[in-house]
Amino acid sequence: MKKILTSLALIGLVAAGTAAFAAEEAHNAAAPTHFPINEPKEMSWSFTGPIGTYDKGQLQRGLKVYKEVCSACHSMNLVAFRTLEGPTGLGYSDAQIKSLAATYTIHDGPNDAGEMFDRPGKPSDYFPAPFANVEAAAAANGGAAPPDMSLLAKARGVERGFPQFVFDIFTQYDAGGPDYIHSLLTGYDQTPPAGMVIPEGTHYNPYFMSGVSLKMPKPLSDGQVTYDDGAPQTVDQYSRDVAAFLMWAAEPHMEARKHTGINVLFFLLVFGGLVYLVKRKVWEGVAH
Amino acid sequence: MSEGHSTYTPKTGIERWFDARMPLPRMVYDSFIAYPVPRNLNYMWTFGGILAIMLVAQILTGIVLAMHYTSDTNLAFGSVEKIMRDVNSGWLLRYMHANGASFFFIAVYLHIFRGLYYGSYKAPRELLWILGCIIYLLMMATGFMGYVLPWGQMSFWGATVITGFFSAIPLVGNWIQQLLLGGFSVDDPTLNRFFALHYLLPFMIAGVVVLHVWALHVVGQSNPTGIEVKSKTDTVAFTPYATIKDAFGMIVFLFIFAYFIFFLPNYLGHPDNYIVANPLKTPAHIVPEWYFLPFYAILRAITFNIGPINSKLGGVLCMFGAIVMLFLVPWLDTSKVRSAVYRPWYKLFFWLFVADAILLGWLGSQPAEGGGLLTLLIGEFTGNYVGYAQAATLFYFAFFLIVLPVLGLIETPRRLPNSITEAVLEKNKGGSGHPAGATAAPETKG
Repeated sequence: MKKILTSLALIGLVAAGTAAFAAEEAHNAAAPTHFPINEPKEMSWSFTGPIGTYDKGQLQRGLKVYKEVCSACHSMNLVAFRTLEGPTGLGYSDAQIKSLAATYTIHDGPNDAGEMFDRPGKPSDYFPAPFANVEAAAAANGGAAPPDMSLLAKARGVERGFPQFVFDIFTQYDAGGPDYIHSLLTGYDQTPPAGMVIPEGTHYNPYFMSGVSLKMPKPLSDGQVTYDDGAPQTVDQYSRDVAAFLMWAAEPHMEARKHTGINVLFFLLVFGGLVYLVKRKVWEGVAH
Repeated sequence: MSEGHSTYTPKTGIERWFDARMPLPRMVYDSFIAYPVPRNLNYMWTFGGILAIMLVAQILTGIVLAMHYTSDTNLAFGSVEKIMRDVNSGWLLRYMHANGASFFFIAVYLHIFRGLYYGSYKAPRELLWILGCIIYLLMMATGFMGYVLPWGQMSFWGATVITGFFSAIPLVGNWIQQLLLGGFSVDDPTLNRFFALHYLLPFMIAGVVVLHVWALHVVGQSNPTGIEVKSKTDTVAFTPYATIKDAFGMIVFLFIFAYFIFFLPNYLGHPDNYIVANPLKTPAHIVPEWYFLPFYAILRAITFNIGPINSKLGGVLCMFGAIVMLFLVPWLDTSKVRSAVYRPWYKLFFWLFVADAILLGWLGSQPAEGGGLLTLLIGEFTGNYVGYAQAATLFYFAFFLIVLPVLGLIETPRRLPNSITEAVLEKNKGGSGHPAGATAAPETKG
């Protein structure tokens, strides 16, 4: 056993040494080569950890931010209104979902006369996209189509690097996406380092993971969205709420998953313990 | 072990009826109940059983997923999301399947390293080892094609890069690549044939597993001492001894597997695969699944041309060569002693090889940057990933082509016990499992 540990320690040392060498990147503030310039800030979220659950109030605020701000440019094609209902959704009632869906106009058809028509939304509809197609979205936004937001919280994540990615296994860090989204949304209004070239029509943001700046201008400002539950109406709060909402949109069954997980692990622990005792009994007196 | 006569005696009428017509109960009894296994097997020997349940779990979850999946480039991504959102327990099936692939590979790597450490590939187990290598190859093909099916960015670009390897082969390369793709680039025909093959290959794996187990039951299991079974006292019956030990090993493995499924289901995946494939937008870093990273590092380590072999072909040759090495291990290792327990130098090199493989894996996930091995030698340490990858690749091949053949000839192994029983008794004499004194038998766990 001692030898295993010594060997593992040796492996660890070799790996750590190499990583340390590699991590010392040449650093030039005006022309960074690795992005994001700043690592995302780790926030505290209600849904992280083994018994994490979504904060329904926060999700509802996040939906409001999405509806009033983000949805002007970003689609959310994979999320149906019906999924917002009840305890697995955002806690809305059946009637609330019906009236929410009805505020949207859905282009449907063809009808029996062969014509397309507009009708009010139903719970089974999906959030309608702001643009007819990707090309239209790109043309209206300076050449870069705003990404669909359904899976954004799982489709973004800054590489954690060694040794952090090892610790993440034990801390169950699963908020890379929301942390990134929150940092990005609160990362505008900073002055770029002297000498840095910011391409025309883009906006400096040291938290952006693909370059020094992005096409999206600062989307949120203080007081822009009115909350009716007394939560602070600040960019920071908006960003947290919309990031939490996007995590739900990307992983709506997360609560069921973690809840099931606790049961499964508990069962395996007890079952494993019993099997171990049986194993001890069976092997008792058999030198091995 | 197979030469041992069957000890099965049918007790009931129906057993006798079967035994006279098709002795299936006898086969099961002889293979899984009375089958003698060395008494000193440690928990590293439970991975065979673990791999069997992983294969079954992958096939079962996969069949249900296939009922809901659509292999059309316009619909594939959405159909996977439909599984995640609308299919009853679809998220569970899909996370089990995706993480199951990773854990299948974790188990197979531990199984392979076990074989390397204890010399399990040595005569008469060469064929057993080679069948295992074939299973591993089939697993790689299956894993790669499965990763393409969700049709995310990494699916698409991973498929583009990996099928691109084949175009490096002289003369027939382009033909092979087009055959794989069903066209000139990754598109609908590619996705459809990958889906068909991804469904087929696991059953081929199951077929080779049958051969693997058959070969195992002919030659019997090796054991931590590497000494062949000599008498009945060296073995115990498969049931209950190995069965219960395997069961406990499986539960511990399933516990870790479940931890990832339920709490870190996307930890082993890449965020980019939640972005639908876009042939016009190349990701910043194209990274394969983690279990291919060491080979990917070897592929990219070859940044130079050697005569008529350009760097691309060289990389592909090295990558495939790295796998070919495994097939040749039974003949590359010249040592008369099987187990690393009695081979102090081999043991050291084995652990260096493990470290090297892990290092290659990490380098495979990093960008291919840096001046290479030569600039590494003159002090370019920072960010010289190519340099480290070249050094690690060199060691990888040196382990197989130099260390294994030479060490067997020059190394003085430690004194071997006369039998498994002697080794076990010697070990237990030391008290509470600790080897006492220089002459005591070494521990059985690596």
